[in-house]
Amino acid sequence: MGAIMVKRLLLASLLGLSVSTCTDQRSHTQAVYMLIDTSGTYAAEVGKAQRIINYLLGTLQSGDSLAVARVKTRSFSEKDIIAKVTFDSRPSQANAQKRAFRDKIDAFVKSVGGSAYTDITGGLIQGGMFLNETGAGRKTILIFSDMQEELDKLTIRDFPINLKDIRVVALNVVKLKTDNIDPRRYMGRLEAWQKRIEKAGASEWILINDIEHLDRMLQS
Amino acid sequence: MIWPGNPMASALILFAIAMPFLYAGRKVVHDLFRSIGHMIGGPLRLGARWLFATARDMKERNKAVLLAHGREEVGQHIEREFERIGALVTRDLEGYPALQRKLLEEITRVEEDYKKCGEVPPPPPEWVEAVTAIAKVKSDGNEMVQRILEEIKRSVHVIHDKALAEYRRASESRHKILNGFMPFWRSLDKTFGQVDKKLTGLHDTSSKIDAQMEKYEQINKKTERAEHALTVSAFTQFAISSLVLLIAVGGALVNFKLIALPFSEMVGAGDYLTSTLRASDVAALVIIFLETTMGLFVMETLRITHLFPIIANTSERMRRRVFWVAVVFLFIFAGIEAGLALMRDMLSADKQALVQSLASGPQAAPPDPLLRLIPTTAQMVLGFVLPFALAFVAIPLESFIYSLRTVGGAALVMLVRVLGFLLRILGNLVRQLCKVLVTLYDVTIVLPLVIERLVKAARSGGSEAESRSVKRAA
Repeated sequence: MGAIMVKRLLLASLLGLSVSTCTDQRSHTQAVYMLIDTSGTYAAEVGKAQRIINYLLGTLQSGDSLAVARVKTRSFSEKDIIAKVTFDSRPSQANAQKRAFRDKIDAFVKSVGGSAYTDITGGLIQGGMFLNETGAGRKTILIFSDMQEELDKLTIRDFPINLKDIRVVALNVVKLKTDNIDPRRYMGRLEAWQKRIEKAGASEWILINDIEHLDRMLQS
Repeated sequence: MIWPGNPMASALILFAIAMPFLYAGRKVVHDLFRSIGHMIGGPLRLGARWLFATARDMKERNKAVLLAHGREEVGQHIEREFERIGALVTRDLEGYPALQRKLLEEITRVEEDYKKCGEVPPPPPEWVEAVTAIAKVKSDGNEMVQRILEEIKRSVHVIHDKALAEYRRASESRHKILNGFMPFWRSLDKTFGQVDKKLTGLHDTSSKIDAQMEKYEQINKKTERAEHALTVSAFTQFAISSLVLLIAVGGALVNFKLIALPFSEMVGAGDYLTSTLRASDVAALVIIFLETTMGLFVMETLRITHLFPIIANTSERMRRRVFWVAVVFLFIFAGIEAGLALMRDMLSADKQALVQSLASGPQAAPPDPLLRLIPTTAQMVLGFVLPFALAFVAIPLESFIYSLRTVGGAALVMLVRVLGFLLRILGNLVRQLCKVLVTLYDVTIVLPLVIERLVKAARSGGSEAESRSVKRAA
């Protein structure tokens, strides 16, 4: 009688195991691409960006990817990527990579200089391409900017872009002097970006101005 | 709508038009309702009957299984009690010949000593008669006779003193012998006390066997009392073993927490088996399950549990080999876990240091080395001890499995009965509903029915009047 019971239990556990051991082929990692606006007066906000990067380094896990790029006159270039990393599957190695990444960002913060124009669209296209290459399950672009795009005459960015299945988070979108005169300009700017991002196929558009609440940043 | 703007009136007119048709189709509609009632209610009642029969069969089967298990359990209990008695008899009664010899020797010695200390009156000297004869001699003032008698008196006194001293000496030696009795009496008393204790123990064990035998007989007779006792026992076992297993699950979770992080260092933290289940977590769980399995084998080979008859049926040599293999594996796992616990502590410290360096706030002072050492040591000790603690899960697991059969069976019977009851209620409800519908239908066409009754009454009144007049004419 006991043997029969044990056999039944074994069969049930084998069945459960066979169901659960089907390896999940989907990617469970996440990739984050952060754009830092270094144009004009916004370059002074780079200290806040550093805090956000440190938060990301503390939050991202083994297997996740992180890249930080600057937004300047023309941002559609790999050269604008300050640092990028895919964390090792071993936690100890991942910690070492995080330390090295932090050192790179520290060096960048010390040497950052302002740019004449702000090419957010170029940075978004570059970010989208980078994230798609990582093959991560969850992809996020963080835009640390006032969202005021200014392009020189030669730069062409008025075409549809592709940000399919990518979350876009605008961080620390500060109000400009002109916004203070007419707040509708600020609202309109954000609305225009939201429309453009959603039209590009992004899965979500989020605005976080208070960097004390960064936990929403990586939530899916 | 027949009457535009007045749905009520339209409905009434439609109803009035439909009434003759409804009356005409009355029998058909009644039959239809009854058929529907039978069609739905019949299978429901049949299903209920089948479920009740199944519940009865299941109960019988459960009873058979319960009694069989109870018989096996009580049989094992009796066997164990007999083994205990055997050991008791071998240990205690084996020494009984020696004990008996010792007792006999002691009794013989006591008897001999007793005989020795018996008071033997000194034998009357032979010259007593001579003295008696001399005492009868009449002196009559004869100086010679007087002197002889005086001499005899003095001699008698000397002899009397000597005999008295001898008698006292003998009494003293007898008292000494009696005094020497005491240790023997004590030894005898102690020996008899031991015998009494052992015999009482034997009697107690026999009483236990008697109780178990009575239980066994009741199980064999398949009495309600035995079934009830076994069911209650199974429910109690189920509750206790569930509680202990819950505690064991808590221990396993602590164990899992200790080794999950270091396992991600070994098998990688990025592989997922399901959307939430990491390969490293599964690997850690597998190690815990393996430890539990090894513990199970240890308990089986020690014959504490009886989950695997194949292990119980193997030869003694093979059983011992399996035992040692399982113990060695347990030690290996315990060693691995202690190492992993240390690694976890190191990884946590590294992560903590990184987080602190990333934080923009003031850096915390490094903790006291002793404070760091205590949790590290505690984790290592826990990692080493928990696999052995988990080994004991086999005992409540066995109780849980066996009692689950009874408890689950009883619950299933109850469920089937409840289902059967519900089906029966539903069947009756459908049939009654059809009867209500038939009545409601008649209520709807009450007007034609009243007319029908009046017509029938008028017809029967006319025919009765005719028959009465015919009778009168006759």
